[in-house]
Amino acid sequence: MAELGPVLEVLLGGLMSGVLYSLVALGFVLIFKASGVFNFAQGAMVLFAALSLVRLSEWLPFPVAIALTIAIMIALAWAVERLVLRPLVGQHGLILFMATIGVTFFLDGFGQTIWGSNVYQLDLGISASPWFLLENLFPGGILVSPVDVFAAAVAGSLVLALSIFFHSTKIGRALRAVADDHQAAQSVGIPLNQIWLIVWSTAGVVALVAGMAWGSKLGVQFSLSFVALKALPVLILGGLTSIPGAILGGLIVGAGEKLAEFYIGPAIGGGIEYWFAYVLALAVLLVRPQGLFGEKIIERV
Amino acid sequence: MNALARPAPFDQPATPRTALAVHNIEVVYDHVVLVLKGVSLEVPEGAIVTLLGANGAGKTTTLKAISNLLHAERGEVTKGSITFYGEEVHRLSPSELVRRGCLQVMEGRRCFGHLTVEENLLTGAFTRKDGKAAIQRDLEMVYSYFPRLKERRKVLAGYISGGEQQMCAIGRALMARPRLVLLDEPSMGLAPQLVEEIFEIVDRLNREEKVTFLVAEQNTNVALRYARYGYILENGRVVLDGPAEALRDNEDVKEFYLGLSATGRKSFRDIKSYKRRKRWL
Ligand SMILES: Nc1ncnc2c1ncn2[C@@H]1O[C@H](COP(=O)(O)OP(=O)(O)OP(=O)(O)O)[C@@H](O)[C@H]1O
Ligand SMILES: [Mg+2]
Repeated sequence: MAELGPVLEVLLGGLMSGVLYSLVALGFVLIFKASGVFNFAQGAMVLFAALSLVRLSEWLPFPVAIALTIAIMIALAWAVERLVLRPLVGQHGLILFMATIGVTFFLDGFGQTIWGSNVYQLDLGISASPWFLLENLFPGGILVSPVDVFAAAVAGSLVLALSIFFHSTKIGRALRAVADDHQAAQSVGIPLNQIWLIVWSTAGVVALVAGMAWGSKLGVQFSLSFVALKALPVLILGGLTSIPGAILGGLIVGAGEKLAEFYIGPAIGGGIEYWFAYVLALAVLLVRPQGLFGEKIIERV
Repeated sequence: MNALARPAPFDQPATPRTALAVHNIEVVYDHVVLVLKGVSLEVPEGAIVTLLGANGAGKTTTLKAISNLLHAERGEVTKGSITFYGEEVHRLSPSELVRRGCLQVMEGRRCFGHLTVEENLLTGAFTRKDGKAAIQRDLEMVYSYFPRLKERRKVLAGYISGGEQQMCAIGRALMARPRLVLLDEPSMGLAPQLVEEIFEIVDRLNREEKVTFLVAEQNTNVALRYARYGYILENGRVVLDGPAEALRDNEDVKEFYLGLSATGRKSFRDIKSYKRRKRWL
């Protein structure tokens, strides 16, 4: 029993940070499903949203700052649709991917130019002192950070809201139709431009939530953009087209890297958590290229 | 001055209105590949008109030019005009055209595989603003024409049979309350029995729901039995057109498209081009 306490603590901590990976991956999946674009800029959107929020909240009440940041993310989605997607419609996926790399560098640079490039503290008003759970079972209990719990709860509700949106609204149905076959969707009168705007806006809001969660843990700074790269192995694990896959992939990566650090780390000198996810993803890629939860490709003969 | 010398079809109740008029269009893919080289055709309101031709003749391209779906394929109408009930459609998006009542059922059915049959049908009503009740009524209307779809309403469209998918695609189009449906090769990959069934329903929709159809087909035989008028496309040009009965009796059509000649199937291209040029250009 004495052994189990620390393991559980590591596992829980891993799952919590996994939720944050999931959030970033979720943004990728949304955009990939609806517009077939592998949006490299998702990480930059996380940073940009967090920076906007933290700087705006310095001179505005917090709820107003959030509303304004959401508006900024929607404006960004609009600009991307107008200036990048629309002119490039029908082009090869690789060209669109390159375009999103352009967007990434623009957002990173532009964001720091207007908002500054220091490390900013994002205070969500949640107590920083950890909770100790199950103290009667384990000596010292299990340490859990309230910020992590809050982030997990927000992420959970976000996913729930999205899945309701996708499955029981007219727009959600249209989004799934576009994800399946955008030309056929266009042929029945679903306007792709509107759908893309909605999807990129949604991904922008998801990026904001991810940015808030990461930012309150690590401070809002340029390195957030890199943390977001952890979403890549998550995507490989979960499959590019599966929302549940993004969530589970994030949890697996989060928990896996912390456990690997805990068990194997001491033997080889630590640092495993920086590359564990990528090796795991590589292994999955070799066995199941569509990811663990990639949407089944329906093929009839 | 001599206005009387020209026919004035709109003043005569006996002549139906023109739903669709395509005038001398050229289509270019990727800025270089000229695929349609001056196609003209007309679809009167209330008719079934068919567009015939072999593989690669340009049937799909013609339909996509009308429904404005070429853009996503890097195709462009570079010459000519297309009007739907007198309105130039060139500037309209596919979605605006659907709202005006013109939509295409694409080749290969293209149902949304991960949506259920019923969800597929409902996506067809995306542009409508006339409320849930009206949409629900039309859903029942579609089910009354395609009872098999009702049985399979909760099944993912990716898992139903080819014939059912064709029905689903047509039903999905009907949900938009179209005036004109551009139907691209409904017979593709279906057993003869099923092809007949599909055309039978198209015919009923035409008579009972007053839907006008422009049907692209390779199955000349079936298409000419259900259509009122036909155009034959070869190599991006209309080489022959006329009332369906006339086309069925035409010796060239018999020989090249209905396979009724003793000499076997050939293409117009092989021998008759001189003769055709005299007749149709
Ligand atoms: N996206 C595209 N880019 C370049 N060329 C194209 C494209 N789509 C079609 N074509 C060419 O245009 C010509 C006409 O094609 P289209 O699909 O319109 O023929 P079709 O009559 O519908 O043939 P099928 O009966 O095989 O469907 C073909 O030569 C084809 O290769
Ligand atoms: Mg075709």
